[in-house]
Amino acid sequence: MAVAGYAGPATGHGPGRDFDMVEGPIRAFAIATIFWGVVGFLMGVLIASQLAWPLLNLDLEWTTFGRLRPVHTSAVIFAFGGNALICTSLYVVQRTCRARLFGGEDMGWFLFWGYQFFIVTAALGYVLGVTQGKEYAEPEWYVDLFLTVVWVAYLIAFGGTILRRQEPHIYVANWFYLAFIITIAMLHLVNNFALPVGGGVGKSYIVWSGVQDAMIQWWYGHNAVGFFLTAGFLGMMYYFIPKQAERPVYSYRLSIVHFWTLIFLYIWAGPHHLHYTALPDWAQTLGMVFSVMLWMPSWGGMINGLMTLSGAWDKLRTNPALRFSVTSVGFYGMSTFEGPVMSIKAVNALSHYTDWTIGHVHSGAMGWVGFVSFGAMYYLFPKLWRKTGLYSDKLVSWHFWLATLGIVFYITAMWVSGIMQGLMWRAYDELGFLQYSFVETVEAMHPYYVIRMLGGLLYLSGALIMVYNLWMTVRSSTLAEAAPAAQPGLVPAAAE
Amino acid sequence: MPTKVEKDSITGQETTGHEWDGLKELNTPLPKWWLYVFYATILFSLVWVALYPALPFSGATGVTGWTARGALGPELEAERAAREPMLAKLREATPEQIAADPQLRAFALAGGRIAFANNCAGCHGAGGQGAPGGFPSLADDDWIFGGSFDAIQHSIRHGVRNGESEEARGIAMPRFQVDGLLTAAQVGDVAEHVLSLTGRATDQAAAGRGAPLFAEQCASCHGEKGEGNRDMGAPRLNDQVWLYGGDKASVVRSIGWSRAGVMPSWGGRLDPAVVNMLTVYVHTLGGGE
Repeated sequence: MAVAGYAGPATGHGPGRDFDMVEGPIRAFAIATIFWGVVGFLMGVLIASQLAWPLLNLDLEWTTFGRLRPVHTSAVIFAFGGNALICTSLYVVQRTCRARLFGGEDMGWFLFWGYQFFIVTAALGYVLGVTQGKEYAEPEWYVDLFLTVVWVAYLIAFGGTILRRQEPHIYVANWFYLAFIITIAMLHLVNNFALPVGGGVGKSYIVWSGVQDAMIQWWYGHNAVGFFLTAGFLGMMYYFIPKQAERPVYSYRLSIVHFWTLIFLYIWAGPHHLHYTALPDWAQTLGMVFSVMLWMPSWGGMINGLMTLSGAWDKLRTNPALRFSVTSVGFYGMSTFEGPVMSIKAVNALSHYTDWTIGHVHSGAMGWVGFVSFGAMYYLFPKLWRKTGLYSDKLVSWHFWLATLGIVFYITAMWVSGIMQGLMWRAYDELGFLQYSFVETVEAMHPYYVIRMLGGLLYLSGALIMVYNLWMTVRSSTLAEAAPAAQPGLVPAAAE
Repeated sequence: MPTKVEKDSITGQETTGHEWDGLKELNTPLPKWWLYVFYATILFSLVWVALYPALPFSGATGVTGWTARGALGPELEAERAAREPMLAKLREATPEQIAADPQLRAFALAGGRIAFANNCAGCHGAGGQGAPGGFPSLADDDWIFGGSFDAIQHSIRHGVRNGESEEARGIAMPRFQVDGLLTAAQVGDVAEHVLSLTGRATDQAAAGRGAPLFAEQCASCHGEKGEGNRDMGAPRLNDQVWLYGGDKASVVRSIGWSRAGVMPSWGGRLDPAVVNMLTVYVHTLGGGE
């Protein structure tokens, strides 16, 4: 049995661990993750309510939908998702490389405060109307430059830790995290080539123009999805699912093949955001076929996540946190099938500009990104604070069912509303006139907007339960005993 | 360094022998169905790329010769050709003639409804009921510029005070207080007189003082009894329909600071056939003359 070896205790840097793990900043990132998560979900509920009841815009420029929407998207993607990714990546890279974080505690704290400062300055800009007007890249040049510094430091910390690893191989989770960090750096730089103008007004102009700008924006936008919201969280999945299931990863070969195909194919898929626009036909064609080819590489991650549970499915009954991780992979599979379907031009002709797209991105964001992060946080909090377990598994179950119900409300409402919207836009009467005016389509969507808001409210309620549960976990006094991590079912091959 | 290959008794697969933080990997082969579906999507893509434009050269098309522009043109042309006979008739006919011909009328009402919903309803309301703040109702008989077919058509075609069309409706009402034509007290008196036209004055003395001022300053456009004047676009003041509110404060505001509603000229934006359809549609909303 080769299991025990170096492994030492399953938690922290207790006796037996041969390196001193940086943990303080990781704890801070974990707290920031759930804090920004609640902020992001709250903003989501607010702007969903504004769409259903426009009065809630309050007639103040700072509280209109146009300014609060980027606060919601950035809070969820960059603040909640970003903190979850940095938190888990710094934890995973140290443990799987058996090496202390490059740059040590100081580096960790710089990353933490630098990243929080980026979030706050970006959000302040949105509310005050300082924006580049590029979706998911709204922050103006001064915030972009600051983020670049933080991100390069992150790359150095992460890459440096890998370089000083004591393991012969690099674990699959780290491939995905590294791909995410490098690609986001590239996307961020190219999409934000801007010339600042005027003294101190925070205004700039992008050097790209016209359709080139649109193409670069969606090359960025789609790969923010591909590398931030997919590759990064696959890294998370590859550590926390096998950890929680206590089973080996299903297929090493699949992880290699789906990693490289995913990385190679994703970067070309952006033009599907610009079907039937001024973008040349050839680019639209390529955007579509690369998206279709992405289907299986995306599903490789789902297969590896789900099949890792072979022989451990019973754990879903006893470990509600694992339920989050596994369900997240299900939502991942669903939205990475829906994506290629929507990229097909004939489907896109109906779905584009409708709520269907909003539903699609939320099944990915709430179902995949949210759930895999919740699963990781439920695993990490007891580990980071040296507790035997969570305060309450029952509350995790409540969170799980409320959030799942919320997602179902949300995405079914958006499917119905989006497809209805698309069909209403293209409906002609027998005399050849449009059947519906734009405002009639908006009116027809109102009930679905209310349902969507309720879905968001359920999701938010679940997150608040999580905050309470994690808070009580940290405050509880049951300290963990060191316990070796053994994987049932594994026996030395020679013994057979 | 644990690099020993182990066998997993549950799946029967061997591990790769690597281990990180207690995590191991099975060396399971790629699922066949996964691989074949992946190949199928690649094959689909190759075929698609051969059929449709996929090369970054101008004029380069796939085997089918399809281009987005090429596909859209004929579709629009067919749509246009199907509508053209009817549209041509609508362009040539006057709104009266359209309203008198059952077939043209049915067509114009269908087209007018959607054109109104997409272009006019934003200000005038979904049913033409108007909105407070200077958006007149089109569903009653209280017309500012007239409710005949010709008058409605002219208003749609040229709009109101827009600086776009020389024949745009409406002249500017003076800003009596701002420009010093009346004092604040006088404006109050005139407002009281205006209220008295509908029997709502609360200060008869002020209304009395306002009467000669009204005759001097206002009657030339709004009429001696406030009956209004459509040629000037001066609204009637002796009824209960108010564009900007009929309470005293609103009337004082209207006299002292003036009001000047605007409407775009649609003649340059819409096909003349659509203008005619809109004319007939608006005429049927309730107040056509």
